Amino acid sequence: MNILIAITAVGVLAMLSEILNFRRFLYPISLFVMLVALALTGMEWSHGVRYFNDMLYMDNYAVVFTGIMVVTTLLWFMMNENFLNGNPRQADFTAIISFALGGAMVMAGFSDLIMLFLGVEILSISMYVLAASNKSEPRSNEAGFKYFLMGAFASGFLLFGIALVYGATGSFNLREISEFVSENNTDMSAIFYGGVLMIAAGLAFKVAAAPFHFWAPDVYEGSPTPFTAFMSTVVKTAAFAAFLRLFSTCFSEVSTWWSPVLAIMSALSMLVGSIMALRQTSLKRLLAWSGVANAGYMLMAVVSLNEYSDTALVLYAAAYSIASIGIFTLVSNMTNAGNEEISSLHGFSKVNRFPALVITVLMFSIAGIPPLAGFFGKYAIFAGALKDGFVWLAVVAVLSSAISVFYYLKVVVAMFQPAGREAVQLEFNPGQSLVLGLVLVLVVVLGLVPALITTLI
Amino acid sequence: MSEIPLSHILFVSTALFFIGMYGMFTRRNMITMLMSIELMLNSVNINFIAFNKYLFPGNLDGLFFTIFIITIAAAEAAVAIAIIINLYRNHKSIDVEEADALKH
Repeated sequence: MNILIAITAVGVLAMLSEILNFRRFLYPISLFVMLVALALTGMEWSHGVRYFNDMLYMDNYAVVFTGIMVVTTLLWFMMNENFLNGNPRQADFTAIISFALGGAMVMAGFSDLIMLFLGVEILSISMYVLAASNKSEPRSNEAGFKYFLMGAFASGFLLFGIALVYGATGSFNLREISEFVSENNTDMSAIFYGGVLMIAAGLAFKVAAAPFHFWAPDVYEGSPTPFTAFMSTVVKTAAFAAFLRLFSTCFSEVSTWWSPVLAIMSALSMLVGSIMALRQTSLKRLLAWSGVANAGYMLMAVVSLNEYSDTALVLYAAAYSIASIGIFTLVSNMTNAGNEEISSLHGFSKVNRFPALVITVLMFSIAGIPPLAGFFGKYAIFAGALKDGFVWLAVVAVLSSAISVFYYLKVVVAMFQPAGREAVQLEFNPGQSLVLGLVLVLVVVLGLVPALITTLI
Repeated sequence: MSEIPLSHILFVSTALFFIGMYGMFTRRNMITMLMSIELMLNSVNINFIAFNKYLFPGNLDGLFFTIFIITIAAAEAAVAIAIIINLYRNHKSIDVEEADALKH
């Protein structure tokens, strides 16, 4: 609750800074308040308080996911120092990003379906604005419109599903729904199952899982790069936190109904994402497709619901967010240089030795090469699927993981090739170098001691 | 006078939802697509109110949810219209076929 106040305070301060004329202090203020929010998140740990008349339940699950998202946003602010400082719309961007983070936090901690809907919408509406924020660029407008169209369509599904679940159970509260389901799990009415499937479809749109992924590559490519970075880290983490929280607390008793559907979605996302990513030449679009594939892996944690699936998802989401933020510092520099093609990276490692090293490590981590954080995330999720009897799904996941090594290494190989004619000079500012350093430390430490984060839940 | 049964109201709301979905897929005008989305959201409102009145008349949860949906739908429409105006300035058209800078 204090976290929510701190996070939204950044937004209010940002809007006031335009009126009271202290915009030049806004950047340090936002960094500072994010650190305060991180400290408040730590203080919330293991108290398990229910806020707003049991609408928001800050259990350890919610606290850990909030922590991951606040750290990612902090890294996001650090990486975009040049983009934000001096930008005439700095106050707008800071405000909307912090409101989006507030929505993401609500999605991780909701205990009532009203809160789930509000969190999804606060996050999504903020992201529609940010995706379309480059007003003079038609591609950005188009990305914003596509995102809006698909997001609102998905909200319609989510809402219709919630309405059906409400009709069957008579409550929006997660505890009451799960009690009702466990009492009547043999004779639930048909509208309940319809509702569960529609909620699953609505959330699958939000996480960009196949076959509801077609908006993702266009939106990721068209949006301004800093906001693509936010979308592929915080938004994805929040959507999966909400997905697993809802399905593990409310619908776990009827999992025989929905787990085959989600298993097929997960397998499709992994295959489609990996195969399409192989063909991409633009790094931003490659990351969009790899995001679809990663949505498939994270969906496996929801499919194979057992006592380890939340730790597996936390580990994977943390590893993925951290690695993505690091890779997006490279992409945002490429956008500034005006060329997002992978081939423009030739000769990169000669000029920027440290960034090249870090990006290599991050690519290894996200591809799942031990002993980095991404490997243990993947291992935990695959082991959970095997344990729950989804052997075919684990086989598909391993195959898709093997394919993914090709396209991640394609980027690494490009960085270490000698410079060609179209090589671009990229400059990393101190903030970005610091982000890369922090990310490197986090990925290695989480890889060596995954218990640092998994024991927190 | 006999009361209208719940199933009739649910039929209307489901029909509205799918009319909205049909409009989303067939219309090429951005404003009409926005209207289709509003139709989908409002069909859900009918659902909530019907379930609340017929099945759980003791409390008002469903009514509260509709108030949230109406508020959010208004915010969404505001953002969508702003984006559409921007697109119109760039393309001089609100046909979605014109906005095809991003290819699959």
